[in-house]
Amino acid sequence: MLTRAAWLGRLAPALLGLLVIAGWEALVRFNDIPSYVLPGPLAVAETLWREGSSLLAALLVTLRVTLAALLVATLTGVLLAALMAQSAWIERSLMPYAVFLQVTPIVAIAPLIIIYVEQPFLALLACAWIVAFFPLVANTAAGLRSADRGLQDLFRLYGAGRLQRLRLLLWPSALPHFLAGLRISGGLALIGAVVAEFVAGTGGSETGIAFRILEAGYRLQVPKMFAGLVLLALTGIGIYAALAWFSRLLLRRWHESALPPRS
Amino acid sequence: MHRPLVRLENVAKTFPDGLEALAGIDMEVGRGDFVSLLGPSGCGKSTLLRLIAGLAQPSGGQVLWPDGPPAPGRIGYVFQDPTLMPWGDVFDNVYLPLRIAGQGRKAARPAVEAALALVGLADFAHAQPHALSGGMRMRVSLARALVTRPALLLLDEPFGALDEITRFRLNDDLLRLWGEGGWTVLFVTHSVFEAVFLSQRVLIMGPRPGRIHAAIEIELPQPRPPELRMGADYQRICAAASASLAQAMGSC
Repeated sequence: MLTRAAWLGRLAPALLGLLVIAGWEALVRFNDIPSYVLPGPLAVAETLWREGSSLLAALLVTLRVTLAALLVATLTGVLLAALMAQSAWIERSLMPYAVFLQVTPIVAIAPLIIIYVEQPFLALLACAWIVAFFPLVANTAAGLRSADRGLQDLFRLYGAGRLQRLRLLLWPSALPHFLAGLRISGGLALIGAVVAEFVAGTGGSETGIAFRILEAGYRLQVPKMFAGLVLLALTGIGIYAALAWFSRLLLRRWHESALPPRS
Repeated sequence: MHRPLVRLENVAKTFPDGLEALAGIDMEVGRGDFVSLLGPSGCGKSTLLRLIAGLAQPSGGQVLWPDGPPAPGRIGYVFQDPTLMPWGDVFDNVYLPLRIAGQGRKAARPAVEAALALVGLADFAHAQPHALSGGMRMRVSLARALVTRPALLLLDEPFGALDEITRFRLNDDLLRLWGEGGWTVLFVTHSVFEAVFLSQRVLIMGPRPGRIHAAIEIELPQPRPPELRMGADYQRICAAASASLAQAMGSC
């Protein structure tokens, strides 16, 4: 059973959202704002309904790039972090380049990638990967370094090998950090995919949702732009929620961040 | 002459930052002994244990093992903190030394359960560390140190952070285990009462640099029941040890 305070806590944001939407609709109606300037929420919803299936198909294309990029970023990020954990020299050699990739704006690199990588899907994936990759490397590397000193001594005392240390000590210690990185990267991968689509323009035979938004913009179909935006925002929230759930699932038995509060 | 389990000859430890932690340490621990290192914080007691465990190397002198250096698992170590893996349950934590040694989970089960029974945690194998009290966590740590049946048990102020009631109980348990198991124990503490109650021999250490100021043989009967703490003999030896400790601290 939820208490009254808990109900209010859940209701309050929903209520605020409804108020804003109602105010927006009222503003558009009373001022007779044309829908190519600012469509009301009802017009957006109607577009969403009408064009839903075609927009969803486009969203699926973007989602595919996003998830593939996140997967590749996770694999490469963890691998690189594990490599860095092997020696301070490797870390010192690699980290500047990881930072270099991170701080260079993706919008600036994307045109180059699109020129060099001919296959559109791969080009988009590369862009999204560059954005999603850094938080995973940085967090996992920090996590691998954060293993308890006493436990490190214990592993040394019992003569644990490199792999045992990595598997039984470093990796579990890094897990919460890795998952925090994953939650950040999930959102970033989507951003990376969208930016890449914007830059790539038409992406071959299949077009993603970002390109549809761009296209709708050229044709002044503003309600469609909003509809695409709503879908993108919902997707971002969905990705975050899924990763947060996954993270809680893995940590709920032991990590402070996922334990129930003391009663 | 009996052969000691481990002998330290003129051992010194100076850290890279120039801090002189230990100087001129000569001592030996015989098989089956219960020896305490007693001294104020910062006198190098923990460093000494780390040198014996091989977790650090002396900058001078030698740590000698007359019967050859101990294989992994021959030394059990209990740190000041329980130092448990929060992601594992009690069983996983006690199983760890055997797991590192390559023993399968199933094969290790009897040894782990026996170690848990020794410390009175037989019913808690599947509890998570965060759900246990401080005293219970320390018991898990002790069970983990005992699970490999070590020849030498190093205890670094293991009960320092516990309340007195729990500490007394764990002291009694430790003595019982030592009596049953025939382990050799080297126990670090800054409590005079704890050192005298537990040990056959107390080495008094003074600070900066840490060195051994005096060795006191504790002439109390074995086994030692809890009531011993009220006896006049115990009080007298404690007073003597306190005096020696005061001298050790004053001489620096």
